[in-house]
Amino acid sequence: MSLVKPFDKLPTLNAATILLVGTDESQQQQLAEAILKEKKTFKINIHVATSLPLPAERDHIRPRIDLIAFMINMQSKHSLRNVEASLSHMDANFFLGKVCFLITGVGRMNHCSVEMNAVRKLGNLYCSPVLFCELDSEGIRVATAQRLLRMLQICAGHMPGVSALFFSSLMKSSIDE
Amino acid sequence: MRRSGRPSLRRRQDMDTSDSGGVTPLGRKTAETGINFTSTTRFSRGLTFIRTHTLFGQSPARRIIPQTCLLQENADPQKIAFLLRKQWTLYSVTPMYKFSYGNLKEYSRLLSAFVAAEKRKGLAVEVGNDLGIKVTLSTLLGLKGTDQDQVAILVQIASRSQLPCENAEDKVVWSGWFCCISGDDLLESVPDDFTCLSLFLANGAESYTAIVGSWFQKTFDCYFSHLTISPLNLAWMAAMWTGCKVDSHMAATELVFSVPCIPQSLDISYAIHPEDAKALWDTVQKTPGEVTQEEVNLFMDCLYSHFHRHFKIHLSATRLVKVSTSIASAHCDGNIKVLN
Repeated sequence: MSLVKPFDKLPTLNAATILLVGTDESQQQQLAEAILKEKKTFKINIHVATSLPLPAERDHIRPRIDLIAFMINMQSKHSLRNVEASLSHMDANFFLGKVCFLITGVGRMNHCSVEMNAVRKLGNLYCSPVLFCELDSEGIRVATAQRLLRMLQICAGHMPGVSALFFSSLMKSSIDE
Repeated sequence: MRRSGRPSLRRRQDMDTSDSGGVTPLGRKTAETGINFTSTTRFSRGLTFIRTHTLFGQSPARRIIPQTCLLQENADPQKIAFLLRKQWTLYSVTPMYKFSYGNLKEYSRLLSAFVAAEKRKGLAVEVGNDLGIKVTLSTLLGLKGTDQDQVAILVQIASRSQLPCENAEDKVVWSGWFCCISGDDLLESVPDDFTCLSLFLANGAESYTAIVGSWFQKTFDCYFSHLTISPLNLAWMAAMWTGCKVDSHMAATELVFSVPCIPQSLDISYAIHPEDAKALWDTVQKTPGEVTQEEVNLFMDCLYSHFHRHFKIHLSATRLVKVSTSIASAHCDGNIKVLN
């Protein structure tokens, strides 16, 4: 049982790692495949987990994780509880832009078991962007993959002059000011 | 994706207002039997929609349960009793244009003619044969949340009995009623010529519902749409109804969940003894007369964890489809049945 830490390992040259955490494994697989299909200039490692903490046995061969995306399905309260439980197993330095929440299932309003307020509060509490995506639809999955890829590039430090800390200010709505 | 993310952030200022708009707790108490029951239905706000409270199905933080008797003195107990123990299908109605309470007899006559004409379509017309359909529109007094609410309207289709004997009564074949309870925020924004009776409940053959609905739509320029109830609202109903006192026989509280599995979906039915459910709710609820979202969540989480301990199934990963308590039952497709 170990805390996932963002800076305890050395980065690998021209590579970045993303960790997808969520209860729905088939959705994770589909998203991972969509990310891999995108055109990119660096090597990507995609790690998939149902919950944190990650098993300690393989910790030494695991590369440094640059971005963690938590997947929450609005139709299942279980996924929200799972993510909330996992969030306590992370080092606080991760929340400086290296975490984002992917919310799926909002399209069918009549099947939602999770309130919007709960999800918004989660995003505010952890100062992380909340992305709404319907991962069942092919086009949106591709668009989400592109977004994640861009975020991953920034989190891994491959873009000079842009840091992961900028995400929280870019995600603020102008209405809130 | 981006677009749907934005509106949820706007609600931040409204978080602490109690009983935010768009929510109408519907509360009724029959004076004689002393039974208090409440049910909740969400209306979508018509005119002033965008920048205000409920967007994308956000349920309010708290709801007030009226403790006092909402059924007014001029209510007819027989008519109200007639509404109980029937399965009603819910529809949401937009405000009706130029509907006047004084012309109810005229509307009855027109609607009778319309129904008869529709029914006769496709049948060989026999001269002088009256299909024996009679439609009556009447007001249902006493079903009001606040004084600003419009008076409820009852529509009944009765078939005249074919038997020649004199005291044969007309058999009611279909009934439907319009009402609007505690729709204060909605009524503020409605212009003068409109009557706002947003909820329509129908019981009877689907063909009659379609005919009556199309007549109202044509005559008053309104629109009927099916009202489905989301699992969130069903959970609210379960919590609120469990908290109500019922003096007569208490039926078990039953929750039905639908599990999305392939190839066929599985249904799980979870029945709880009503006294246990009430005891649990009493420990959860802090302020009598007020229910908050956290209390509803806590109540449901307790039930889920109890189930998980026994069966190792996470009910929170399934979808709540039907709630039935001793007071009323509701299905997500928009069917409700009020028992007490």
